Amino acid sequence: MKEKKIDIKKITGHHLFMPLLCLAIVLLVSVSYTHSFFVITIKNGILYGYMIDIINRASELVILSIGMTLVASSSGGTDISVGSIMAVTAAVVTYICAGGQQAVTSLAAPLIIAILAGLLVSLICGIWNGFLVAQLGVQPMVATLILYTAGRGIAQLITGGQNTYIRVDSYKVLGSKIGICPVPTPIFIAILMIVIVSLILKKTALGTYIQTVGINAKAAKLVGLKPVTIRFLTYAICGLMAGIAGVVASSRIYSCDANNIGLNIELDAILAVALGGNSLAGGKFSLAGSIIGAYTIQALTTTLYSMGVSADVLPVYKAIVVVIIVSLQSPELKKMFFRLKSRIGSGKEAA
Amino acid sequence: MKKKFLAALMCATLTVTTLAGCGGDSAKDGKNDIPTSQTGGNENTGDDSPENSGGSDSGIVIGFSQVGAESDWRTANTESMKSTFSEDKGYTLKFDDAQQKQENQIKAIRSFIEQDVKYIVLAPVTETGWDTVLKEVKDAGIPLIIVDRMVEVSDDSLYTAWVGSNFKLEGDKACAWLKAYADAQGVKELNIVDIQGTIGASAQIGRSQGLEEAVEANEGWTLLAQQSGEFTQAKGQEVMESFIKQYGDKINVVYCENDNEAFGAIDALTSAGYTVGTDLSKGEVLVMSFDSTNAGMTDVLSGKIVCNTECNPLHGPRVEEIIKALEAGNEVEKQQYVEEEIFAAGDEVTSITVGDDSFDVTTVTQEVIDGRAY
Repeated sequence: MKEKKIDIKKITGHHLFMPLLCLAIVLLVSVSYTHSFFVITIKNGILYGYMIDIINRASELVILSIGMTLVASSSGGTDISVGSIMAVTAAVVTYICAGGQQAVTSLAAPLIIAILAGLLVSLICGIWNGFLVAQLGVQPMVATLILYTAGRGIAQLITGGQNTYIRVDSYKVLGSKIGICPVPTPIFIAILMIVIVSLILKKTALGTYIQTVGINAKAAKLVGLKPVTIRFLTYAICGLMAGIAGVVASSRIYSCDANNIGLNIELDAILAVALGGNSLAGGKFSLAGSIIGAYTIQALTTTLYSMGVSADVLPVYKAIVVVIIVSLQSPELKKMFFRLKSRIGSGKEAA
Repeated sequence: MKKKFLAALMCATLTVTTLAGCGGDSAKDGKNDIPTSQTGGNENTGDDSPENSGGSDSGIVIGFSQVGAESDWRTANTESMKSTFSEDKGYTLKFDDAQQKQENQIKAIRSFIEQDVKYIVLAPVTETGWDTVLKEVKDAGIPLIIVDRMVEVSDDSLYTAWVGSNFKLEGDKACAWLKAYADAQGVKELNIVDIQGTIGASAQIGRSQGLEEAVEANEGWTLLAQQSGEFTQAKGQEVMESFIKQYGDKINVVYCENDNEAFGAIDALTSAGYTVGTDLSKGEVLVMSFDSTNAGMTDVLSGKIVCNTECNPLHGPRVEEIIKALEAGNEVEKQQYVEEEIFAAGDEVTSITVGDDSFDVTTVTQEVIDGRAY
């Protein structure tokens, strides 16, 4: 019994070790190019520095990666509709705030009602995905492909195909800062989500249930769990997380740009989960890993900006770094490395 | 059981969509009845074709295939066509909204051929994949005018003319304005950052090129950095934040390649404590922009954007000129640009010259904004 505990500890320690190492490498490279990279000052009443940019800009991705981790763990699939759900949520919130107008300077409805309605819609989107995957047994990618394609269309329909601008200071709070607080609000929202979800996972048995279902759904059923309900729940949570990210993204630009909000972000969210050392085939997961993965992705983007890499070759650099990080974490590569090492070792002995 | 049902449902959907897609191809053989019957739902031409083909073609019948209605700019573009080719002016416009799909446009063009329209106007959704259908148009002897985006075809004779924006000239004009403005303020040293559009878009290529050439040509101008803001506000803000950290107080001009990027850049600058404005000598940062959308013009009025170069969606009048020339049996020029204005917050610079041409600079007032079509 005791031995087992130590084993698990070793594995979890190992799980977080690689993601953290990757993040550290990215940051070290950037500080060697830009010496002021870690410098944080207060400018114009707000924290200012590259590190703040990374933590601030990664907020949406962190929130999404929480939901994505749960989905990947419980169903061994990914939810590719999160970017579109962000757009739908933003469209609903701005539509209600603007009362159907295209640009307003005063709110047509209380902000809280608009946000709650938006989150409700995102939850419904998540429930729809959950229904398709858990209840009907559709493959996760196929099931979420529906909203991936239709979502932006729905958002366009709500906004009438135009960008809706809410030029009201209270609408900008979630994307900028509250009053005189020097820390950007998105950081708080991301931390709040991390805390809430990890509390739920730790304090209830949900975390264990999700992993059990992901590892072996049949066995989970035999011990009395309901795989359908649990999968359903993870997709619903993922939808809600996408909604929260959508509200933050919309508040940042105090408008809804249905074509561009959360565009391609689902791929980054999946990447964050993978960078965190989580298997996309389901089963065991580490929320902390995914969150570190999300910050790594944003750190990479900000680093490349700070190094002045030109826009046309930027994706290439990103791809190279991602390939290196992913292969660093690949167990097969590690095995190959060990085999090579032992072969060299035995070769020396023979000589 | 559920799975089987679902599989059957998906198979059915797939078959229907594939058929719809193939419908266009099979029409190549000359039987055009399939596409018209299938598109019915989203094709406006379906409704008015009976009365038009009924012999009341006293005017000139023009078929117009539009991309969709994705932005204010596009809506204004559609409106310009509709108002130019109105019935009281002796035209019949058959309008088709392709909802961002090329196959819808191809279907629409084939139905235009079948309905024997006199001219076809096409605002293509993509640049490639037009050879076959444009060949059919040419074989039918219908002159084709392309607006906005260009098409890439193997043979130039497949279309009669193209009408659109001269993005390079837009860039040149903006830089000529900047030169005149900086001279008027007595500032020689300009440190410019460029928030580029989506890399490879023709608007990005032209506007970046205009700036790059101007930086080469003008002593004292430095292009500190270029990075893509992908034509969006969120990215524009993120890129500007990074520029501020790299170059900080050095930056005195921000060259944004569309209005959305400019909004993001302004937010990034103001939240970092910089003043966005019109006076270089007071250390204010000049933000320049393109497109001149309504929201962008409002920011010019308040002085946040100092100069905004128009990307004119009103293609109708120019297309009408071409059609009139063709009606008269004249040759037309292959590439034709629409007239585009340049707007500024102040009246220090009243006109600029690019090459041999001179352009008037309009000072933005509320009346100017109210008088615009988009």
